[in-house]
Amino acid sequence: MSTLDPRRLSHLRQLEAESIHILREVAAEFDRPVMLYSIGKDSSVMVRLAQKAFAPGPLPFPLLHVDTTWKFRAMYEFRDRFCAEQGFELLVHKNERALADGINPFDHGSNKYTQVMKTHALLDALRLYGFDAAFGGARRDEERSRAKERIYSFRDQHGQWDPKHQRPELWSLYNGKVKRGESIRAFPLSNWTELDVWQYVWLENIPIVPLYFAAPRPVVERDGALIMVDDERLRLRPGEVPRTEVVRFRTLGCYPLSGAIRSTATTLPEIIQEMLLARFSERQGRLIDHDEEGSMEVKKREGYF
Amino acid sequence: MAGAVHTDEDEIRADVEAYLRAHEQKELLRFVVIGSVDDGKSTLIGRLLHDTGRVYEDQLNAVKRASARGATRGAGSEAEVDFSLFTDGLRAEREQGITIDVAYRYFTTPRRKFIIADTPGHVQYTRNMATGASTANVAVILIDARLGVLAQTRRHAYIAALLGIPHLVACVNKMDLVGWDEATFARIRDELTTFARGTGIPDVTCLPVSALRGDQIAQRGDAAPWYDGPTLLEHLETVPIEADRNLVDLRFPVQYVIRPSLDYRGFAGQLASGVLRAGDEVIALPSGRRSTVASIDTFEGPIAEAFAPMSITVRLADEIDVSRGDMLIAAGAARRPAVGDRLDAMLVWLSERPLDPGRSYLLKHTTRVVRADVERIDGVIDPETLAPEPATRLSLNDIGRVSIHCHQPVFFDAYADNRATGAFILIDSLTNDTVAAGMIRGATTGAARDDGPRAQVSAAERRARLGQAGAVVTVGGRDADEAHGRAFLIERVAFDAGHVAAVVDAAAADAVAAAGMWAIVAAPGAGGARLDGAEVHLPAAASADDDEALARAVLAALELGGKRGATEPFD
Repeated sequence: MSTLDPRRLSHLRQLEAESIHILREVAAEFDRPVMLYSIGKDSSVMVRLAQKAFAPGPLPFPLLHVDTTWKFRAMYEFRDRFCAEQGFELLVHKNERALADGINPFDHGSNKYTQVMKTHALLDALRLYGFDAAFGGARRDEERSRAKERIYSFRDQHGQWDPKHQRPELWSLYNGKVKRGESIRAFPLSNWTELDVWQYVWLENIPIVPLYFAAPRPVVERDGALIMVDDERLRLRPGEVPRTEVVRFRTLGCYPLSGAIRSTATTLPEIIQEMLLARFSERQGRLIDHDEEGSMEVKKREGYF
Repeated sequence: MAGAVHTDEDEIRADVEAYLRAHEQKELLRFVVIGSVDDGKSTLIGRLLHDTGRVYEDQLNAVKRASARGATRGAGSEAEVDFSLFTDGLRAEREQGITIDVAYRYFTTPRRKFIIADTPGHVQYTRNMATGASTANVAVILIDARLGVLAQTRRHAYIAALLGIPHLVACVNKMDLVGWDEATFARIRDELTTFARGTGIPDVTCLPVSALRGDQIAQRGDAAPWYDGPTLLEHLETVPIEADRNLVDLRFPVQYVIRPSLDYRGFAGQLASGVLRAGDEVIALPSGRRSTVASIDTFEGPIAEAFAPMSITVRLADEIDVSRGDMLIAAGAARRPAVGDRLDAMLVWLSERPLDPGRSYLLKHTTRVVRADVERIDGVIDPETLAPEPATRLSLNDIGRVSIHCHQPVFFDAYADNRATGAFILIDSLTNDTVAAGMIRGATTGAARDDGPRAQVSAAERRARLGQAGAVVTVGGRDADEAHGRAFLIERVAFDAGHVAAVVDAAAADAVAAAGMWAIVAAPGAGGARLDGAEVHLPAAASADDDEALARAVLAALELGGKRGATEPFD
């Protein structure tokens, strides 16, 4: 085999080189790019790749967190500390009107809630700041409709994705031409899988939110999922009594919509081991995808990441 | 039915850190799966994902539910699981039961990580096939064992060759439906291998498989005891791809200039090919200025050597002017990229709106974007015969050979020598759509060189004056007298019709055509007549010795090209 060849890039280094190429290409071709920062492990990897792309300079774009106000407390703590330490410019955007209207994940259903608090808030923020390109940490292996997403995903003036009229994307020659008001969502992690991301986190010693590691946490079992009682806003249903269980999260989002898994994995190798042996795919922990078949595609058409 | 294969499960349980360290050394292989409708492409990909343990239980359950609903076929008793459903992405596709866009799939084995480009096999989707093929190391082509090598199969192999894929694997699928007949397989293998080699693909392999049953996909099965070659997965895990990389010719397209302070100016980019070391002398294109590599920087610190496809940042010893779109090459290079503004290229037309030769497009090549127009369509590939035919149009899914004029020079290699510096896309500057994928063959005749005087009269200007585009007609005959007789007849007919034509020696033909004239060359023994290499067809009624009819047919073909030339605007 060719393992003796010193001029050989492993798959991770090749993915890294491609992602850096994408990050630089967007920074070079757009007037006002932004990086969507969701605080999860994929965001952590994407931010590290951006640091690599522009070292020794600072990131030539701000990070934007679209905040539903329903993230885990540990995520907010991590976000604020991490961005301060690294010296990133962090923008936080909330759908203030929806918050004033009392939109929440309990009364309005995960579909409506996501549309208003994530999709609308994201589109508002992009318009408000005039961003013409936004990086997202989405991977093509996450979900069926993502498998067809381009690396440069064109969005019309309303931020909508038209899967039937995507621009052909050949080689690594990306077409970043947009008219005023239109934008591109760029996905530097398109070709990474969940295993690649975890392996890279381990290899590069990238900081991630502690919620990924198992610890005793207060949870209730609801609709077949373990929901963490992260603060007093979680309305307990009749008969629900929080109990402490050793759990962790495979994906992080809004805490009332993120299912925990029972696990004792407290180190990265243990997490990866568990993931490799797992028989359930990653997004199953996310309740927002289960509303209807193909729901991610519907959300993306509307402008969701 | 074969169950999921978790070959590395014990290893993961026993020592995950050892497993991870081993997996850090994996290679990356991209392959494209192409085939006609109903060849079983989706089933094959679903099989690979399932049999390599890439399908999770919730996905499997969802697919089982959908299979039971009979989404794409009547619930078969043989196959409880419709493997093709693993790969169905978009709603419209699920509704129509077809695949309408390129999708990317991922799986891994202890040896390699794989990226699959799953491309639709309908005739009208050449566009998607080219997209998936553009980044592939390997093309997997599906052939239905009952149908053999079809025109579409040849088209797919041709596109794989056109996009420069060095390794082709033909899976002769549905072997179970022909009773695993060895002779059937051998006949298809021989036909396909001969054809594929003819297209220039260096490495061709054929496998007998049944995607539905999983035979010879990830597992050997016992259906074909006569077959002793690898399974598809074994082949994909071992096909040598290291040697496909070009580590000889240094090409570093500058992507971005990093300038955090007055003392630091780094040129960031991804090495397209070659090796770069600190201390190397380099030349910056287009300026031609020389400098030395002061350091190669990465986030982790400086490194002594970098090679393709690494993303790096280069600092130079001298303050020379370099910006995005420029390219660094080795000072002592044996092979330098061509520098010029005229390209001879193959185009795959990707847009519903046909090529408009009167219009200028944006051409993106490496990190450089220039305005460009297509000066001439030199021929369009006939989808049935795969031979170039004269044409005046290039429409969706057409493949054509064209002459392109860039408004600023680009630095390029032939696509056959270097995929990264031989490829470009065309963007419509009004709609911003990506309208074509281009593969450079070389500079066009008479192209301006970086160091020589430039032509002052453009081909478009010549066309406007002469009312015709230059062309070479080769005319055959049983002997020299007959060939020359026909050549002079064509000259007479063309002259009488008001054109500029001359019978010339073969050696002079290109120069005469470049001057805008019709060069007519007598080629005894060749039979018939060819216009710019493409056969000129006689009217069905005419006999083969009707020289007059031949001359008229040639004139008609020439005028078709000439009229187009005359109406084209020029800058």
